[in-house]
Amino acid sequence: MQRLPRQRTSAAEELEVIAPSKLAIENVSKNFKGASGAVLALDQVSLNVAEGEFVCLVGASGCGKTTLLNIIAGLEKPDSGTVQADGKPITGPGRERLVMFQEPALFPWLNVFGNVLFGLKLKPNLTNKDRQDVAKYYLELVGLSRFERANIHELSGGMKQRVSLARALAPNPRMLLMDEPFAALDALTREQLYGDLQRIWKARNKTIVFVTHNVREAACLGDRVIVFSPRPGRIREEFAVDLPRPRDINSVDLAVHATEITKALKGYSQPEVAIAE
Amino acid sequence: MKRFLLAALFFAVLLLIWEALFRAKIWSPVLLPSPRQVAVYLKDATVDGTLVKATIVTMRRLIIGYIIGLLAGLPLGLLTARWRVCQDTIGTLALGLQTLPSVCWVPLALLWFGQTEAAMLFVVVMGTLWSVVIATETGVRNVPPIYRRAALTMGSRRMHMWFKVILPAALPFIVSGMKQGWAFAWRSLMAAEIFVTILTGFGLGQLLHYGRELSAMEQVIGIMIIIVVIGLLADKIFFSPFEKFLHRRWGTSQA
Repeated sequence: MQRLPRQRTSAAEELEVIAPSKLAIENVSKNFKGASGAVLALDQVSLNVAEGEFVCLVGASGCGKTTLLNIIAGLEKPDSGTVQADGKPITGPGRERLVMFQEPALFPWLNVFGNVLFGLKLKPNLTNKDRQDVAKYYLELVGLSRFERANIHELSGGMKQRVSLARALAPNPRMLLMDEPFAALDALTREQLYGDLQRIWKARNKTIVFVTHNVREAACLGDRVIVFSPRPGRIREEFAVDLPRPRDINSVDLAVHATEITKALKGYSQPEVAIAE
Repeated sequence: MKRFLLAALFFAVLLLIWEALFRAKIWSPVLLPSPRQVAVYLKDATVDGTLVKATIVTMRRLIIGYIIGLLAGLPLGLLTARWRVCQDTIGTLALGLQTLPSVCWVPLALLWFGQTEAAMLFVVVMGTLWSVVIATETGVRNVPPIYRRAALTMGSRRMHMWFKVILPAALPFIVSGMKQGWAFAWRSLMAAEIFVTILTGFGLGQLLHYGRELSAMEQVIGIMIIIVVIGLLADKIFFSPFEKFLHRRWGTSQA
């Protein structure tokens, strides 16, 4: 057997801004078998996301937006239809597309630095020194340099999500999948993170698919907002938001967009409980 | 420092009460020796080497048996958590045997292995093994699925997943299982040593037994104190740092 010389990647190369991913979803359907029979979580969903685009998926709970995100991540398989990233079908999870979950899925047995390092350690061709430099860079990017030795339980909810963001960014994925990452935070912390996320998205040039049920949040962050309806989960409408960035969640122009989207959303969502007359 | 002084004071008072009871002559000195007599026995037994030798014999049995129990229990626990067929077989067996007081292994061990070290080791291993198997299995089953999913997206698979995600996540459970296993092993070993003369070495349990045979109460109490101290030390030196680390990292309640 011939041993190939190992290629080494330097920290600087690892930190280069790489081309973001393009996503093509075609006719994806997914069923779930629940206690009350089969539920059609996704029904013939098709969606294209361009390189470097920020797309928000909004809809009432149970509309399948999280399921779609999991399918893009490769954590779940669709029953039918295809999902392609950069022309290649997605067969499983991979560090090209990293996920930020609603609850911070940080590992409590590692400190902040260890968590950010976790994904980097799985990347070959880097020295440990390089990995540490890369981790430090991202902790600085999310504003948590001072907390690299902190334990996870010592952080506030907002700080935890910043660490999650740094951890997701560290292996330099081409796409970021975010599943209601700010839903559990207070309004003030959220507003700060909106600003930071827009800044980081610009700096690192990622494709972002962002799931939320908060229409204002979607209008603030997304280039495009995709409206889902529940039971069965379908894409109903999409809105382009062409406001200049960085956007302020409290701006009047944004409110106009949000109102329009909310109106559409309400039209497609039947009430969960129908009261008979 | 204040805590240490308070503890020292507490034990000094206990000693004083003991001495007072001895002086009150409520019980015969044969039944209740004075603290000084016990101290003299411990000193003499240390000087002539019996105590040190017996402690070494006992600790060797305990530590070797415990390590074997751990090394076998961890993988068995992982298998049990991973495959349903192992859960139904090994898991059920472990659950059943864990309810069996480990002293109950002594007669069987003696018949199988005779009065040898192997019998002692067997008893210790049986005391440790099942607790560790069950704790590992419970720990692995209680790992939040989100950790696995997060690790999957970052490219963790198979062995890396087991050793860098699932095992560390299950650590709090595993450590408490290890502690329980240690307690079971220690108790069953003492019982075995008291019941049976093992030809290959005299342990602390045997010294305790001969103390009774000779009606040497200072020996009985002295050895009991040594057994308590060993238990305390094991906790402080081996388990305490582990638990402190877990408390600090996980942020669970800190005493």
